[in-house]
Amino acid sequence: MPSNDVLAILEFRGGQVTKAGPEVLGQARRLADTLGGAVHAFLYGEGANGAAAALGGYGVTKAYVADSPAFAAYNGGLVARAAKDAVAACDPRLVLLAATSPGKDLGPRIAASLDAGLAVDCTAIDIDGDALTAVRPVYAGKANQSIRIAAAPFVASIRPNVFPPAEAGAGDAEVVALDTAAAEGETRIKVAEVAPRETGKVELTEADVIVSGGRGLKGPEHFHLVEELAEALGAAVGASRAVVDAGWRPHSEQVGQTGKTVSPNLYFACGISGAIQHVAGMSSSKCIVAINKDPEASIFKLADYGVVGDVFEVLPALTEQIRALKG
Amino acid sequence: MKIAVCVRRTPSTETKIGIGGDGRSIDPSGVSYILNPYDEFAIEEAVRTKEAHGGEVVAITVDGADASKDIKKALAMGVDTAIRIDPPADADSAAIAGALAEALRDVGPDIVFCGKMAVDEQDFQVPLRVATMLEMPAVTFVTKFEVNDGTARATAETELGQTVYESPLPVLVAVEKGINEPRKTGIKDIMAAKKKPLDERAAPAIAAKVAVTKLELPPEKQGGKIVGEGVDAVPELLRLLREEAKAL
Repeated sequence: MPSNDVLAILEFRGGQVTKAGPEVLGQARRLADTLGGAVHAFLYGEGANGAAAALGGYGVTKAYVADSPAFAAYNGGLVARAAKDAVAACDPRLVLLAATSPGKDLGPRIAASLDAGLAVDCTAIDIDGDALTAVRPVYAGKANQSIRIAAAPFVASIRPNVFPPAEAGAGDAEVVALDTAAAEGETRIKVAEVAPRETGKVELTEADVIVSGGRGLKGPEHFHLVEELAEALGAAVGASRAVVDAGWRPHSEQVGQTGKTVSPNLYFACGISGAIQHVAGMSSSKCIVAINKDPEASIFKLADYGVVGDVFEVLPALTEQIRALKG
Repeated sequence: MKIAVCVRRTPSTETKIGIGGDGRSIDPSGVSYILNPYDEFAIEEAVRTKEAHGGEVVAITVDGADASKDIKKALAMGVDTAIRIDPPADADSAAIAGALAEALRDVGPDIVFCGKMAVDEQDFQVPLRVATMLEMPAVTFVTKFEVNDGTARATAETELGQTVYESPLPVLVAVEKGINEPRKTGIKDIMAAKKKPLDERAAPAIAAKVAVTKLELPPEKQGGKIVGEGVDAVPELLRLLREEAKAL
């Protein structure tokens, strides 16, 4: 029988606990209160030891830390093996993590090693008696699925940017530095090279504002219109499947059911008609602007604000006026 | 080299989703099915690896008999043999992974290819559960793969950037879009696929851990406001974004 405690899995990168960390800690605290248990944390990453005690400010009782040069780059097999030691030490009822790329890799590994049920990418999560209940978007947001896991332990990942981040208070967690030598010895897969993402370039799934272009741009040589608007806004650049399949843009920019699902505060769809599979990936954006010369384009039914017009005229005007606005 | 590829079908990404009579699954009427797009990349990578190194490719699916059209497509793309396992009752990702792992133990592959996720459930669980159950090293989000002298080299591409992993075999590789361009199949390939062996097996007794209790459509977004036409609409658009939506 597991304890009533919650184990929050946290990632340490670039000198700090990642952005999703406080979101996980907020839900960990709430669910631990429901269960009448404590919150513990498993924090991994090179240099993580220095950040562990401060997790006490989020109500963490014990912080288990995996910190060695082997944790400098993400290696799922290694992190899962180290997490197993933390899980064994506190025997949690719930293991909670963020559904970032590392979290999507790590969650199933931990769930399988515990022979536990896993709720992935949840937008709502609760404890209902002895069970865990959750809601998760499926079909890239075309539908919401309610699920129930009857038997503990549970593993769940929460969608980033959905839950409010917990506020840090005062207090120190008890830091338990894990000996990672055994985990490192047993991990056959190694990181050979790392090419971090270009700094300064805004990542689609983390962006507050996204400017996406579609077939209305007529060719890759015109995408600078989208890039310039994005730059003026400090936004990330996205693309429809049509232009990715045509080879105009890299697949990493594709928004939609076979690309990325995004929910920024502001989404510009430029020269995008609004195919079902694209809309699925961006319909949860808080505010949608559509610019398209076809007044019948289905994207206008979804858009909060539509401008019927040629992207070749509207985009430069928009970019110029936004630049003036931001001075 | 023995290569396995795990596949399944999904509703076409152009499908408009409706809720079925049970309130827990989609309304199947009018839904057309396709091979999960990410699994098509996995099949292509499996066949290319075979073409480069020799050996054979077996495709495995946990799905009902009506999935045979999609298995035939995998065979037409160059897969040599296929195994179809009837799904356990109320199967969730853990049960499907369990059924796949059981079959893979018999196959004993050097490399297992999977799609990173299926575009319907989008839960990313099956490949990494299978790898964990088989104690096999695994990489997901893979956009580049090669194998030389028994060492696999896989490049994962995520919001963290690119990471290159090296692993001894056996290894499980879950692929991302961009890794390859799946081949088109012709009449000859489709005819050849009909002669390839398909091994059909009964459902294993594996209990699900996650139960779906409800499927709902999200509240319809009320859009449809046209600000104006052409460049003249831009100042008003910016005013609305600042003052009404407070999005700028």
